[in-house]
Amino acid sequence: MSGTDRAIEAVDLVKTYGKGKREVHALAGVTFAVRPGIIFALLGPNGAGKSTTVKILTTLSVPDSGSATVAGIDVRRDPGQIRRVIGYVSQRPTFDPTATGLENLVLQGRIHGASAAQARVRARELLGSFDLTAAADRTTGTWSGGMQRKLDVAMGLMHRPKVLFLDEPTTGLDPEARMGMWAEIGRLAREDGLTVLLTTHYLDEADNLAARLAIIDAGRVVASGTPDELKGALGGETVRVSLPAPPEAERARHVLERLPGIAAVESDGTVVNARVANGAAALPGLLAALDAATVELTTVTVARPSLDDVYLHHAGRSFSSASLEGAGR
Amino acid sequence: MTTLVTHTGLLSLRSLRTLSRQPAYLMFTLVQPMVWLLLFGQLFRRIAEMPGFGGGSYLSYLTPGVVVMTAMMTAGWSGTSIVQDMERGVMDRTLTSPVRRAALVNASLVHQAIVTLVQSVIMVSVGLLAGARYDGGVRGMLVLALAAILIGVVFAAFSDAVALLVHQQEALIAVAQFLVLPLTFLSSVMIAPSLMPGWVADVARYNPVDWAAVAAREALTDAPDWGLVGGRIGLLLALAAVMAWLSARAYRVYQRSI
Repeated sequence: MSGTDRAIEAVDLVKTYGKGKREVHALAGVTFAVRPGIIFALLGPNGAGKSTTVKILTTLSVPDSGSATVAGIDVRRDPGQIRRVIGYVSQRPTFDPTATGLENLVLQGRIHGASAAQARVRARELLGSFDLTAAADRTTGTWSGGMQRKLDVAMGLMHRPKVLFLDEPTTGLDPEARMGMWAEIGRLAREDGLTVLLTTHYLDEADNLAARLAIIDAGRVVASGTPDELKGALGGETVRVSLPAPPEAERARHVLERLPGIAAVESDGTVVNARVANGAAALPGLLAALDAATVELTTVTVARPSLDDVYLHHAGRSFSSASLEGAGR
Repeated sequence: MTTLVTHTGLLSLRSLRTLSRQPAYLMFTLVQPMVWLLLFGQLFRRIAEMPGFGGGSYLSYLTPGVVVMTAMMTAGWSGTSIVQDMERGVMDRTLTSPVRRAALVNASLVHQAIVTLVQSVIMVSVGLLAGARYDGGVRGMLVLALAAILIGVVFAAFSDAVALLVHQQEALIAVAQFLVLPLTFLSSVMIAPSLMPGWVADVARYNPVDWAAVAAREALTDAPDWGLVGGRIGLLLALAAVMAWLSARAYRVYQRSI
């Protein structure tokens, strides 16, 4: 793959905030590449370094070391040129709540050099495709959360960018608005040939939307590939055993580790995951062994590996417990 | 250069549109000055009988000073809209778009200048209705408006820079509040320079609020000393340019912090 067929390329990005004791290593060498026309997800818990990566790629922030290109342009050498070809939708709302939807869009278009007439045409077009036409002339402060989020995305598209960055596009949306947003993002990549990089801490979001993804943890990319590749690489199926308390889980782990035919056992809190070639075949022996050791079980399930399993495998802890840690920082 | 002008225009219009949809905000900024003007003007009416005021009415003396003071007070809040933009994602979006940093600074200052102009017109009208009289006429009033606009620009640029450095509404308000009263009382806004204690008069000569008040009052007399007016206006212009530059620099510092 040569440099030109990459919409985004990040090489060994390092970023540290603060000094001395308050030093925080936000990025400890992030490397990944995205080919044009796909949806690429950066998946990780809060505080993993997703937003910092996006800030560097969108020229908002400068890395301490490492390099990156977007649409073939170097982010450090030519930030002004990058700002013309990217759309950026940050986590927080970016519209003016005292202005109408149309006014917000037109201003955005004009900042990118469109004439007033051109900007209005493009704004009407986007309002139509995001199903916002009826609300176009109402002040956006009165819109619903889902409509406002769609407007944020539409504003990022006014100047027909080559690469769109979506930082946590569905955080805070209700399930229905979330599904609507997924449909819109999917359509952008399919019909408009846009490259979309989205960050998310929702496993199902990455699973549903992304053609490829990189799992990011503690400022590093710990795994990357298509969702199927990542799940397939784990092999077989997962038997998930839930127990009443962590000590029980420890005992269960010891029992399962000694059983033949089990590839790997990982525990996290009160849950123990065992990877086996065939869940249905392994289950009777597994249950008998636990019963013999008088381990008390809450539930047992068999599943194909999920992205959660992929995450647990690479980051050494489950996604939900990592998210809790991140939120507690 | 033309993009700079276009972007300045677009962003100024954006903030004026916001203002026009919330006209109560502008009225609110005028409540306190009206108290100063109408209450102080009455309460201390007889101060003007003391030598040093030149025998005019105190209200006539006070009005230009309060117009200048109002410009400063209102401009001190300018940075709050930057903090709001930072709290929302507006600042992130702006800084990842082709908008020039200088256009952001300019738009904030143009907005402040227009707000100051509207305030000044209203306050001078109220002053005239209440009995203030000026021999300097329209020309003097234009100089008053210019002095008020310049002091507004100085403090708006300062407030913007503080906002970009501290990122916090509370700290910004504290800084603005901390400056307003000392700068007002260490100036000739309320009282003639010849009646001040010597050290206050000395300090006032370095106080930009005093520069604006002196220039405005002088221009409103029947035979202004244009050398004095020009000198003070020149100082204000120079300070406004320095503050605008600092404010543009503060955008870089802000960007390094994210």
